[in-house]
Amino acid sequence: MSKRTVQFKIYRYDPDKDAQPYMQDISVELEASDKKLLDAIVRLKTKDDSLSFRRSCREGVCGSDAMNINGKNGLACLTDIDKLAQPITLRPLPGLPVIRDLIVDMTQFFKQYHSIKPYLVNNDPAPERERLQTPEDREELNGLYECILCACCSTSCPSFWWNPDKFVGPAGLLAAYRFLADTRDQATNERLDNLEDPYRLFRCHTIMNCVDVCPKSLNPTRAIGKIKDMMVRRAV
Amino acid sequence: MNVAKRTFDAVIVGAGGAGLRAALQLSEAGLKTAVLTKVFPTRSHTVAAQGGVAASLGNSTEDNWHWHMYDTVKGSDWLGDQDAIEFMVRKANEVVIELEHYGMPFDRTDNGKIYQRPFGGHSMNYGQAPVMRSCAAADRTGHAMLHALYQRNVRANTQFFVEWMALDLIRNSEGDVLGVTAIEMETGEVSIFHAKATIFATGGAGRIYYSSTNAFINTGDGVGMAARSGIPLEDMEFWQFHPTGVAGAGVLITEGVRGEGGILRNASGERFMERYAPNLKDLASRDVVSRSMVTEINEGRGCGPDKDHVLLDITHLSPETIMKRLPGIREISIQFAGVDPIKAPIPVVPTCHYQMGGIPTNYKGQVVAPKNGDANVPVAGFYAAGECACASVHGANRLGTNSLLDLLVFGKSAGETVVEDFKSGNLVLKPLPADAADVSLARINRLETQTGGSEVHDVRLAMQRTMQKHAGVFRFKELLQQGVTSILEVAEQAKVTQIADKSKVWNTARTEALELDNLIEVAKATMISAEARKESRGAHVRDDAPDTAEHPNGRDDQNWLKHTLWYSEGNRLDYKPVNLKPLSADVEPIALAKRTY
Repeated sequence: MSKRTVQFKIYRYDPDKDAQPYMQDISVELEASDKKLLDAIVRLKTKDDSLSFRRSCREGVCGSDAMNINGKNGLACLTDIDKLAQPITLRPLPGLPVIRDLIVDMTQFFKQYHSIKPYLVNNDPAPERERLQTPEDREELNGLYECILCACCSTSCPSFWWNPDKFVGPAGLLAAYRFLADTRDQATNERLDNLEDPYRLFRCHTIMNCVDVCPKSLNPTRAIGKIKDMMVRRAV
Repeated sequence: MNVAKRTFDAVIVGAGGAGLRAALQLSEAGLKTAVLTKVFPTRSHTVAAQGGVAASLGNSTEDNWHWHMYDTVKGSDWLGDQDAIEFMVRKANEVVIELEHYGMPFDRTDNGKIYQRPFGGHSMNYGQAPVMRSCAAADRTGHAMLHALYQRNVRANTQFFVEWMALDLIRNSEGDVLGVTAIEMETGEVSIFHAKATIFATGGAGRIYYSSTNAFINTGDGVGMAARSGIPLEDMEFWQFHPTGVAGAGVLITEGVRGEGGILRNASGERFMERYAPNLKDLASRDVVSRSMVTEINEGRGCGPDKDHVLLDITHLSPETIMKRLPGIREISIQFAGVDPIKAPIPVVPTCHYQMGGIPTNYKGQVVAPKNGDANVPVAGFYAAGECACASVHGANRLGTNSLLDLLVFGKSAGETVVEDFKSGNLVLKPLPADAADVSLARINRLETQTGGSEVHDVRLAMQRTMQKHAGVFRFKELLQQGVTSILEVAEQAKVTQIADKSKVWNTARTEALELDNLIEVAKATMISAEARKESRGAHVRDDAPDTAEHPNGRDDQNWLKHTLWYSEGNRLDYKPVNLKPLSADVEPIALAKRTY
């Protein structure tokens, strides 16, 4: 791909000077080496250094640069710029308070993640060597542990938009199942108790936006289904 | 400007692997600890480590720490300190097993143990054959490790200050370290973090180069802060160029690909590493493989229309192996090279990856500096671990998987030292000087008012181009000399950067300008230290120090078996001896020899 000019429509808001948010029309000439959306907005920032967004690894593993791209949540660093319809509309992740431009306040998102006790619980005395786990048992964690906490899923979920303080949301529930599925973890009952609530787990209505947007191709809806199965099995 | 003061037993700067491991030690010991981090902890660059963490568990092949120690000393081209290296390799099993107990999802062998794969420069029986020493979670080991460490810190109730950037080290007139100043990114407010102990775990500065595997945040903040406050930087001429960055994009492709059987090929399809490293071939040490690749390209055997890269081939591996052991690599390759490695080889070039040098420390994690004729006097109240520190275990060239080990062992060790010093009453809260925040406030104020200066991105690009051209995989006497002049010119530009964005709120233009102040210290240290070292050793290979009978591989032990110390003030250089003596009597010193693989 050679040099080309790309048109953007970007949500802008700086509480230090703007009374309210607005959409900015702006274009940028890209170099041949600019392939991803992140490359383009980094180049845009050399023209207007006030454009604010988070970014770090630029390879889809740190989870910093999640945003709403032409109406769909995704990571800027994994989105091919030339496949996007123009003007490319960029907004902050929906449903969370905006701090500035494309930067949202993720407090509520992390609060829900923390609420599921995202750490292994095993109260047996630590053995001298590793706790054994069969390759098959380990495979149960695939599709769960790879989450990068980018929040694309939870902020595309209508249930999370309506009840971000009460519904754990897909990312938190995926993490909850990651520990429920780990043969080394001993807190199964406490974890299920923690989720047995009309809101925390059961606000998931399998709309599956989470699956649609996950940049790591993970499936929170399936994990939520498995937690519900565990609750049913525990009840009978 | 109003400056709030906060007081803690300890402040840790950085929440990657080293910072989180240190934090765990302090939180579990009940110290009042603040962890400052520019990004949410799981976004730290440890997350991008792929291939594994070294430990001689011996789960799949026979192994022991003596072999690991030999490989590490040899890999360092004898510049590593053998006391610190012995300490690290002997602690390896303990810290890896701890992580497993914290819940890290390691891959497993058929009998349920931690899965281990071969890696570059790691061998059995003192260089005879590859050994399976790299403990791996698929090709996402850093991600699995960082999340497990963060999760354990959630359990330990560690207090984080997320999206706070440390600005400057606070020292008193005796040189004791009293904490840091930091800016809250959301509000733009500057605070003083006053502490009995300050631990730096701020990572590397790979962003001084144009082509780097490193994240945007890897701007050497701790290294720059230390240098500006008068602490020397050790061995900064030694930078690792990872053999396999995606050509054009720079994104990392793990050495674990070669550990699983991947082969490097030139334009004629030849497995050229057989010529350069007949024994370990594609799994030779990283400096050796990177130079071999550049030699192939320079001699016209590169691939592609511009003959500017080589190919990493795993098409002979089964798709099942690739999907199971290297799933992340497949994603990266499709995303950034446009190639599915099941079907076609990946175009790769050596890419700046790791800073071997850094803030000088001992194996306990204490920062040390010369004082009254002693080269290694601890700086009171100051500790460092991970890539920002130089213990020195990597010397002139780091082995793959030894970085994740380094951050675990020395993160823990620094934490343990602080806890011991705290409990023995050696750590006290010393009074803050009245001007504790003045330097930081002046830097912020200059950015508020600077006009007619230079653009941050222009200066950064000039620095990156200069480093890439003058201090790359191969180094040349004249280019290094010109490089010193050029980088000092760029450093002058960095003093007058200006930003248009004057907002208090989440001002990333300001953040990038402040980061550039740190990057430029690292760039100067690198170029000046490299120009001065008139030998070839490890990752530092120059044209005027060739392979001769008198100086095998161009290494000159008589004159240059010593650590560089660079001081920011006046760009002064000093040197200190390498510690060739192991920590214990359990092992003989690894004797000097020519490196071959």
